[in-house]
Amino acid sequence: MFPEILSFGEKGFGDELLRGTQYTLLISAFAYLLGVALGLLGASAKLYGGPMSRGIGGIYTSIVRSVPELVLILILYFAGTRGLNTLLGFIGVGPVEVNATLAAIVVLGVVQGAYHTEVFRAAILAVPPGQIEAGRAFGMGRLLIFRRIIGPAMLPNAIPGLSNLWLIVIKDTALVAVVGNVELLSITASAAAFTKKYMLFYLATALIYLTITLVSSYLIGLVERRYRRGQAGLA
Amino acid sequence: MNWSWFPEYFPLLLQGIWLTIQLLVLSMVFGLIIAVPVGLVQVTGPRWLGAIARGYCTLMRGTPLLVQLWLLYFGLGSVFASYPEIRQSVFWPVLREGYFYAVLAFSLNEGGYAGEIMRGAFLSVPKGELESARAFGMSPWRVLRRIWLPRAFRNVLPTLAGETVLMLKATPLAATVTVLDIFGVILRVRQNTYLTYEPLLLAAALYMVITLVITQMFARIESRVPSRR
Repeated sequence: MFPEILSFGEKGFGDELLRGTQYTLLISAFAYLLGVALGLLGASAKLYGGPMSRGIGGIYTSIVRSVPELVLILILYFAGTRGLNTLLGFIGVGPVEVNATLAAIVVLGVVQGAYHTEVFRAAILAVPPGQIEAGRAFGMGRLLIFRRIIGPAMLPNAIPGLSNLWLIVIKDTALVAVVGNVELLSITASAAAFTKKYMLFYLATALIYLTITLVSSYLIGLVERRYRRGQAGLA
Repeated sequence: MNWSWFPEYFPLLLQGIWLTIQLLVLSMVFGLIIAVPVGLVQVTGPRWLGAIARGYCTLMRGTPLLVQLWLLYFGLGSVFASYPEIRQSVFWPVLREGYFYAVLAFSLNEGGYAGEIMRGAFLSVPKGELESARAFGMSPWRVLRRIWLPRAFRNVLPTLAGETVLMLKATPLAATVTVLDIFGVILRVRQNTYLTYEPLLLAAALYMVITLVITQMFARIESRVPSRR
């Protein structure tokens, strides 16, 4: 029943697809982490920054969220590689070939960062101001307030948005297939074109993506239950 | 910056904008036509129909749109091409075009996302309104047409605006199946002129403008629909 062409080893493309899946997960995970970091930075810039950093944060989020991901990926990919090589040229190092995986991570991370910024901003705004004032009244510094009060209190608010973004980044890695050739979809595309078994390979890949998202949703559900245990009646 | 290519490609670009708008409008309309029953049967239909609808939403939301598009274009397309009956039929000129598969994939995908939204929308209509409509002797069909559907749409209008922008941002995927939408034209300019940034920046600007137009249009519609909020 199981088609031989999807088997592992010499005859099938099973191991190639597995490697693609690994790269998809790797790119997703690191892009997501980069997105979280940029999101925290962006949210604090937009909420607490001066006019300058607020302006930059606003431009970043509104541009990234209104331009198609595919266009952004191309712009950032080419701008990134050329910018890096110009920079390296200044310090006298010759042009380098940018690692496609790394480029994908950075590009998707920058795109994710804009959405993370909005998620964190909304979550932080939903923290009751009284709690923050109480922290200030205890003489806590800004960082301490963020670490002890805002952080833990906003997390339950942020989790639905954060989990959504995880599912989005997995699906967005497929767009990298347009410029790179390491992740699942691009490997599928070349395997399908090579064997002419388009239907089979794309169905198999859709199934792999579906499995990843379903397993993710299940795990997210567990995490969400844990972090919402402090919020009465919402869980 | 080198913009000398612009006059030459301007007519093609206009056609590209028109194609993008077509893709967007067709996918949203067909997507909503799919979404209404998909949402409705999950709220009120028989259990097995609801399960099918839920499965459909999971499938559409759980796989990348690009995979869906390529599955239809390359997969289904090659299946179609293997039947001489189909190749010689009157539908072949349509079934051969990437445009057809793009609209198909986008509509099915949008049906999944919007179906989930419509499910929530139907649930959000207060029970009392539906009961009073029934008390007036309206048939279930008329309740749906006069009360349930309009109220549900009103509640999710802002969400649908966001959904339309997301759909717009998905339309450039059509360029990967040979459609000459905005992004397709831009790719062609890049290919012919070897310019890296200028065409892409123009594409970004065009999509931003269209996004702005969409949000303004929905704000207009929203302010016209009466509500007590």
